[in-house]
Amino acid sequence: MVQLTLPKKSKPKQGKTWNKPENGGNWREFHIYRWSPDDDENPQIDTYFVDMDDCGPMVLDGIIWIKNKIDPTLTFRRSCREGICGSCSMNIDGSNTLACTKGLDEIKGAVKIYPLPHMAVVKDLVPDLSHFYAQHRSIEPWLKTTTPEPQKEWKQSIEDRAELDGLYECILCACCSTSCPSYWWNSDRYLGPAALLQAYRWVADSRDEATGERLDNLEDPFRLYRCHTIMNCAKACPKGLSPAKAIAELKKKLVERKY
Amino acid sequence: MSQNKLKAARPLSPHLQIYSPMLTMTMSIMNRLTGIGLYFGIMIFTWWLMAAASGPAYFNWVNSLLDTFLGKFVLLLATWGFFHHMFGGIRHFIWDFAKGFNLATVETMARIGVVGPVIITGVLWYMLCN
Repeated sequence: MVQLTLPKKSKPKQGKTWNKPENGGNWREFHIYRWSPDDDENPQIDTYFVDMDDCGPMVLDGIIWIKNKIDPTLTFRRSCREGICGSCSMNIDGSNTLACTKGLDEIKGAVKIYPLPHMAVVKDLVPDLSHFYAQHRSIEPWLKTTTPEPQKEWKQSIEDRAELDGLYECILCACCSTSCPSYWWNSDRYLGPAALLQAYRWVADSRDEATGERLDNLEDPFRLYRCHTIMNCAKACPKGLSPAKAIAELKKKLVERKY
Repeated sequence: MSQNKLKAARPLSPHLQIYSPMLTMTMSIMNRLTGIGLYFGIMIFTWWLMAAASGPAYFNWVNSLLDTFLGKFVLLLATWGFFHHMFGGIRHFIWDFAKGFNLATVETMARIGVVGPVIITGVLWYMLCN
């Protein structure tokens, strides 16, 4: 349901300033969302200062610097630091992206960092993605066939393979789904951009033989049709994909098969 | 394990409060709002038609109401809402063909959707008033 404001216990409060630089130097201000399950406090926005002469160029470098040098309790997910694992997705400077591929020079003023929007927070910048993954599971993201398996691999022409460009690159970082207002209000029933892009990835695959069944599962006022082409997903995607277009292709397929 | 207790205590991360406003998102909201507005607009239109059918006395009274400053303002708003919603509808119609998803195209269409209805409403009302 649409709820524009946060529940009382979820409202962030002004937090503490960890290190105020005394004199000159190349310091960058970070405002970071903090919440710990260990006490009964509201979330808070803490302020840190990062020495840019001692820190790499990306937002991820900044928060790792903070974790190493100022506050080891700051909690976030990260792994590959090159935009392929999808772990460090978070809301930076008002939009969802990967901390490792977002340059600090792209941001004006203080660097504001929140967890992915409208998610249950496990700790600090770590949201609970269980439901998001379950939705991905629900679209059955694997090859489904009925014809007997070939001796070697399932073959695909170069043209058919090209159909998967712009779809297969998805790293399941959840930036798109958690940027979508429809997903915010209806994530219990709406699959969201990421799962739907994956759904189309299998519908578009020339080797897959379960297109009808896949489309049947999507033909639902909520699961697919809560997409109102708001476009936040395509704007957020750190891989430059367009879930909005994939969803439009799905809707088109559903219309086309009627005639 | 107190798994459930912990889960219940988890806060909801900020969403609308922190997300950067974007033209595309605003246009989506405006499409909703003008849609709701037109729901009432069509009621006024129906009321006006019914007034016309029910006789000159009542029709003249309704017309005099619509001719007041407030009446004209509501009609102006309805005209703009109509065209705004129509432009939004055309945009969605293009998207229904899975076309126009390039981010630059999306932005251009959103801008046309802002300016177009204002111009058309202006020209139409200029012509009506002269």
